[in-house]
Amino acid sequence: MNSRMGVALLSVAGVLISAYLWMFKHGYIGTLACGTGACETVQLSPYSSFLGVDVSLLGFLGYAVMLGVSLVGVQPAWLDRPGPSRALLLLAGGALLFAAYLTGIELFVLHAVCRWCVASAVIVTLIFVLAILDHRRFARR
Amino acid sequence: MAATSSLNRFYLLLLVLAVGGGGLLFWQMRSRGPSIPANVVVTTADTAGFSGYYLGDSAATVVITEYADFECPACQTFDVVQFPDVRRQLIEGGKVRWRYRDFPLNIHPYSRVAAHSAACANDQGRYWEQHAVLYQGQGQWSRETDPTSTFRDYARQNGLDLSAYDACMKSAKYAGRIQASYDEGVRVGVGSTPTFLIAGRLYEGVQNSDALKKLVDSLAAAVAAAQ
Repeated sequence: MNSRMGVALLSVAGVLISAYLWMFKHGYIGTLACGTGACETVQLSPYSSFLGVDVSLLGFLGYAVMLGVSLVGVQPAWLDRPGPSRALLLLAGGALLFAAYLTGIELFVLHAVCRWCVASAVIVTLIFVLAILDHRRFARR
Repeated sequence: MAATSSLNRFYLLLLVLAVGGGGLLFWQMRSRGPSIPANVVVTTADTAGFSGYYLGDSAATVVITEYADFECPACQTFDVVQFPDVRRQLIEGGKVRWRYRDFPLNIHPYSRVAAHSAACANDQGRYWEQHAVLYQGQGQWSRETDPTSTFRDYARQNGLDLSAYDACMKSAKYAGRIQASYDEGVRVGVGSTPTFLIAGRLYEGVQNSDALKKLVDSLAAAVAAAQ
């Protein structure tokens, strides 16, 4: 198992969580497994959209792109090429900044922390760490 | 060879994760039971002329707004244990006007259907009767797979015209009104049920009828002193 495979697996988990949150917001899932009600507060707040697009949809697309890049990166022909590493580092860095902004909104503006959003932030952080490790393979050369 | 084997194991793991997670999402969608749609777009017609279910004198000094969920056990405790005293002492005594707002929590799959059942009873002037039996029967219907027939039985017991009730439930005509009520709760800061809005302050959890009486008396005295 290499770093890119780890990124792919984490991206699938991210895609599923984003899909879950998007489906909840649009009423396709009646029960959000979140006992505190904080997810409802976060998901129904004005901050659940960014520039008119659902944050969960942005997350879904972001994870899907990272999944695509990492799947290309695990192919034998691409395994030792730095392109996927650079792309993953760039994508994961952007995602990490966005996750930090959203976590800040939860903590300091909404005063409600949705555990699914926390799970997504943890996934993004792990992907970023794996992207750095993968990138260092080429930096050392 | 080893690289191919590793890649195959990775694809298998990816497939298990994707299928397992996708299956869970699908199961969540399928298992939500009978429902009144959540998060619907609220139109002006949904809220026109309606700001909640009221009890009591419109000239009462104090208005208490209760945000509650028919499937919430704490709301049931308040409604069954404390509310009869509140109603007798404060509402029928002319001190308080009671305003009930639906705040269906998403952790409760049937609360919107129950709220809609009460809204349909309201069409026939039997809101509070349906409200009472919904709370009294919560322990039974909240364990059912499909409580809509139990709600219909309550409607029958309360003397509702069942064909009108059925048409109302089928059309989900009050889904927007229930959502508007929930949205109002979120706007004023409700995060759990029951929550009571009294003179601009939120009181969370089951409130004792004696404590409410003391609060109402002190608010009424403050209003009288200010006049």
